[in-house]
Amino acid sequence: MSAVATPAPSPALPQRRAPGRARLRRVLRSTPVNVVLVVVAVLWLTPTVGLLVTSFRPGQDYLSSGWWQALVHPATLNLDNYRHILSGGNIVDALVTTVLITVPATLLVVLVASLAGYGLVFLRWPGRDWVFLVLVALMVVPLQMGLIPVSLLYKHLGLFGTIPGVVLYHTAFGLPFAIFLMRNFYTGIPRDLLEAARIDGASEWTMFRRIVLPLGMPALASLAIFQFLWVWNDLLVSLVFLASAPHQPLTVTIFSQLRQFGLNIDVISTASFISMIIPLIVFFAFQRYFVRGVLAGAVK
Amino acid sequence: MATVPAVAEPAARPAPVSITGRGPGGGGWRRGLAVGAFMGPALLFLGAIVGYPTVATIIASFFNKTTTTFVGLDNYRTVFGTSDILVAVRNNAIWVIVFPFLVTFTGLVFAVLTERIRWATAFKAVVFMPMAISLFATGVIWRIVYETDPHRGVINSMVGTVADAINPPGSYALPNIKPISGLSQRSDGSMVSTATVHPDGTVKLGLTGISPTDIPPGATSASEPATVQGGVAGVVWRDFSPGGHVGVVDSGEKGLPAMRIDLLRGDGSTAATTASGADGRFVFRDVGSGSYRVAVAASNFRAPFGGVAWLGAQSLTPADRLGGTARTLLTVPLVDIAAIVAMLWMWGGFAMVVIGAGLAALNREVLEAAKIDGASEWQTFRHVTFPLLLPVLIVVFVTMIINVLKIFDIILSLVPESSQREANVIAVQMWNSAFTASDYGVGSALATFLFVLVVPVIVVNVRRIRG
Repeated sequence: MSAVATPAPSPALPQRRAPGRARLRRVLRSTPVNVVLVVVAVLWLTPTVGLLVTSFRPGQDYLSSGWWQALVHPATLNLDNYRHILSGGNIVDALVTTVLITVPATLLVVLVASLAGYGLVFLRWPGRDWVFLVLVALMVVPLQMGLIPVSLLYKHLGLFGTIPGVVLYHTAFGLPFAIFLMRNFYTGIPRDLLEAARIDGASEWTMFRRIVLPLGMPALASLAIFQFLWVWNDLLVSLVFLASAPHQPLTVTIFSQLRQFGLNIDVISTASFISMIIPLIVFFAFQRYFVRGVLAGAVK
Repeated sequence: MATVPAVAEPAARPAPVSITGRGPGGGGWRRGLAVGAFMGPALLFLGAIVGYPTVATIIASFFNKTTTTFVGLDNYRTVFGTSDILVAVRNNAIWVIVFPFLVTFTGLVFAVLTERIRWATAFKAVVFMPMAISLFATGVIWRIVYETDPHRGVINSMVGTVADAINPPGSYALPNIKPISGLSQRSDGSMVSTATVHPDGTVKLGLTGISPTDIPPGATSASEPATVQGGVAGVVWRDFSPGGHVGVVDSGEKGLPAMRIDLLRGDGSTAATTASGADGRFVFRDVGSGSYRVAVAASNFRAPFGGVAWLGAQSLTPADRLGGTARTLLTVPLVDIAAIVAMLWMWGGFAMVVIGAGLAALNREVLEAAKIDGASEWQTFRHVTFPLLLPVLIVVFVTMIINVLKIFDIILSLVPESSQREANVIAVQMWNSAFTASDYGVGSALATFLFVLVVPVIVVNVRRIRG
């Protein structure tokens, strides 16, 4: 896959063997940096650990002492909050709803964007460059611009308050960036590859499926992860379209709990952590694609 | 965009020459069909849910609540004339001024520092991890961090440890303690004898509001002070017992040991300081002639650090004295800064990784050359690395501006109801106006305002692509 552009590895610097004193000096000089970064890393981890520990503590403990006290008395930690919340059905239902929104919205974006990327790179048609410019312009259009007209449109079509409505909205607002990403990636695929296939009589569909789609896999993976996280973590779109619907995703469910009962920490912290588990697994399992996807997608 | 490290910019490429004479994609209706099949779904989605609504929202911003009557600029007048909404605009301004700079700076520092450690991968994973967490959950996480009670909030706990070390709390920091006989409380918290006292005189300072469990364990029964030649003697005690008399040291009433007692001159300055004994008695020896008052110092009652309300609406600027719009615009609520720090936690890793990728792509030879020329590390950074890195820094900066303009979730989850109004932002107000108050006109005006703010970015992006 050398045809697909990857950043050129920076030429390795010639490693000079450091004599003892120089090495000592370097160690001494890098010690403050190490100390500072260890402190930063601990600071960065603390808030998440705080939430995790809080979710394993009884609610009344939260009122009397800080979560760090529980690290000294680990016996006070238990799974009761999780047992309670998962037996309630409320959060389980929300988790299922989140999945039902996120998975189709991700698949749709990946499919539609890879098709359009192909259309923009390998098909020649009048207005193609113009369409691409419009796409670039649409990339930073705030999500808020669509909410009011689309909710009116959805009410008209009977899509308001339904999961498909939310899926379509996420797909549409995910597309400008997704197509941009796929187009840029496909531009790096040599055309000779397709020309050869075309001479052999392959149809556009065959070339898309057999050549372009497999070559585009790394970009598709980054895109899928980015879109997945984007939709999974969304609050606003679901809040608008599913506010009074029978099934709501995790973010909306936790939000209405927060609004109604304040910070009743045993429920809020536990539900929040449940909502974070899958994104965190995705993060640790696919860190490379994840980083690439987030980097690429931050322009949204 | 420049943030896509794995994707090459399209190079100018000669149009492929087709041997068959047909253009790529076939000719005539077949080509049309292929274009329709590949582009159709995307164009349908974008037209129906992004393109058309964008235009419709702009139009609706000139119409009334129910989008039936044209009202001209009324909605925009409401946006910039209603103080609640103006607060939202002001907060977005604070975010835009502070946040992009803060994140870019933090990312740059982290990126430069991680180049010098062996465990850079682990460090980056830790700092980048919050990117996986939703903004909503980030708000919940930081709400726990910011708890006001130092026993519950980790920041206030740390601040409290330092504050209590510098200013130790008094041993009588009791909520209900108050003078009952012989003294009265001043506004500074100290309790001062009501009568003046002269050398050879005595004072009795009775306090109450101390529950039996709050009496220090070493306290013994109080007794009447004995006159001291040339000095002032006194007792400070818990002037309460069943059947006892106020102002009299009754049997069974305990002294209050280890109280800091000041002897005050007529002008209020301190002449001497002492501490009470186990029976509550104290003596100032050899005081010069004159009239004095005796004070139980405020430090005895100083409460321990009670915690900063990080998520409160109190302003960091002295805008309280201003009135009306000026006050609204110049207030910087503490909760904004608290929320900005939480967002920094989330986006710091992003900035670090993007800038780190930029650093790694720098031409090493230039840096080596600078080093050989004898440039110090700081000079190399200032005059070589930084200018070369500037385009990447600008990308991060602009990305953060776009990000912050649309900030929504974290305000709803982090900010408690009580300061929600002071922490309002445009996106939250847009949601409230359009979907809580059902005012589509004002909601559309707010959305359009957001849109107008990103138009410069759109122009720059389109220009760059068209090159």
